[in-house]
Amino acid sequence: MSKIFDIFFLEAALNGVLLGGLLALLSVGLNLVFGVVEVIWVCYAELIMVVMYCIWWLYVVALWPLPAAFAAGIAVGMVLGIVLHQFIIKPVLNAEPINQLLVTGGVLFFLQALASVVFGIDYRNLGVRMPSLSLGEMQFSSARLLTFGVAVAAIIGTWVFLQRSYLGTAIRAIGQDRSVMPLLGVDPSRIYVFTSALGGVLVGLAGCLLVLQYDVHPAIGLSFGPLIFLICVLGGLGNLLGGLAASFLFAQFISLGGFFLQVEWGQVMAFVFFILVMFWRPRGLFAKNS
Amino acid sequence: MNRQMLFAAVVAMLALAPLLGLGAYPMHLVITALLWSFIYTCWSLMGRLGLVSFGHGAFIGVGAYTVVLAWNFLGWSPWLSAPIAVLLALALAALVGWPCFRFGIIGHYFAIVTLALSEVVRLLIIALRDWTGGTLGITPKPPPADPSAAWWSLQIADKQVWFYVALVAWLIGLAVWRWLDRSMQRSALDAISEDEEAAASIGIDVTRRKLAVTLLSAGLTCMGGVLYALYQRYINPETVAGLTLSLQIVFGVIAGGMSVMLGPTVGSVLLLAMSEGLRLALGNDAIGIDRFVYGALLVVFIIYMPRGILGQALHKLRRKKPG
Repeated sequence: MSKIFDIFFLEAALNGVLLGGLLALLSVGLNLVFGVVEVIWVCYAELIMVVMYCIWWLYVVALWPLPAAFAAGIAVGMVLGIVLHQFIIKPVLNAEPINQLLVTGGVLFFLQALASVVFGIDYRNLGVRMPSLSLGEMQFSSARLLTFGVAVAAIIGTWVFLQRSYLGTAIRAIGQDRSVMPLLGVDPSRIYVFTSALGGVLVGLAGCLLVLQYDVHPAIGLSFGPLIFLICVLGGLGNLLGGLAASFLFAQFISLGGFFLQVEWGQVMAFVFFILVMFWRPRGLFAKNS
Repeated sequence: MNRQMLFAAVVAMLALAPLLGLGAYPMHLVITALLWSFIYTCWSLMGRLGLVSFGHGAFIGVGAYTVVLAWNFLGWSPWLSAPIAVLLALALAALVGWPCFRFGIIGHYFAIVTLALSEVVRLLIIALRDWTGGTLGITPKPPPADPSAAWWSLQIADKQVWFYVALVAWLIGLAVWRWLDRSMQRSALDAISEDEEAAASIGIDVTRRKLAVTLLSAGLTCMGGVLYALYQRYINPETVAGLTLSLQIVFGVIAGGMSVMLGPTVGSVLLLAMSEGLRLALGNDAIGIDRFVYGALLVVFIIYMPRGILGQALHKLRRKKPG
């Protein structure tokens, strides 16, 4: 009895790690944009939803091959990032932070409603069935394993880009000191647009991975959007490594909470944990001392 | 003086409106508008001082579910359970508010901690589905067929009664707003929202002042949730708790203007008129178009008119009058 229990417990914990990889990818895009532009994209999850719908439509309705639909989805994500920055965020760059938070919240409503007007409130899926792999007595869905692999690769790719390339260095520099950069001949507004585009590419990628695992519907953003902000804030806004650690922590709460009780209880515990940590470290677990 | 008389005249006219024999649907709209105006006004008690809360969905949810669950499972009258609900909301507000203010969680960090609070309440309602009915929602059990039952179960079908209840609630909300606006509290709170450390250095107890206004706002908002549940007689986690509801409150207030007394009211009437108007014009199959339009409008408002409709109008009027 206890041995079976252990196996299922291990399975839940490992599924938590897989979920953590996905959440980590989701948090990287949001954190990157915040670190540079200092605006939280409240509508982040809704942008991912738009990409999911695009892929679904191209693959199921327009009958494109799946890789082409994925490539188009990533391109759509990039365009969304740029459009969001140029038309919504740029006008409020110097406004109060709370207005910046709210303006992207308006976009959340807009996109959610747009999806239900255009696609209706039905659940849509690609209809791609991927086999599940068994390891001993444990079962893992291969879509989840694939997601985890791609997420880790994308995170490492982003990391290398930020550390090694010229643009990446400029992005990190802006994140550290925005007032000095113009003096050194870097145009911040171009870096903002570029960062938003990069955030958009990560949105596109997340959309590709999510659409493999989950059905798309207009409210899907609400099921993981709040979770992603909390992860980013818990890790310290703008702190990529903190966000990664927080993702795996939250994923374990959800996965093990779901194993012992129900998924909602796992989330409740994760959120309560978040509130308690904020009292202890108001700028996030891994914030630099300020 | 003139403005006060005008306001009194409008309220008197509003109070007489049900006697004209309005139909059930217009009455329902007026009651809904008044109830939400009350809740929006309570939210802006905090919001105008820079305490932007995304957690008010939690207080509405606590109010609504406490009275319905107490009635269905314990048979307690809302006269008894409503004060308990308010106490619960106050406890929740203190539990989250005090550490936030004590440890200097401000600005959008405060917004996100309160967002977590409203999600916790929504998820708890869903997780406790054996009692709450989960996402399907819950309806209070009908009272026994006894003429006096309406008064202790507070399940009253008569819309006129509800009209006056909602009107009184709304007036109480405005009175509290005005009282706070004129009190010493207000100057202290204004100073705090400008610069917390400077305020503390001249001897203002920042934590206590902020907590006081938060408790006031949370308690009244919870009452709003109680009234909503009793009036609608159907609640679900999406309509009385969660992020969407909290965002909706914030947006309504911003659209109307949060720095003027009637701003939240204007916002709530505007949102209701828009969603009902679009629904009537386009029919029920256009689900989502109202939110589509108001999402777009809110973006426009925040970018071009951060004072809100009423705030902007009054600002223009004042600038026209010299002096």
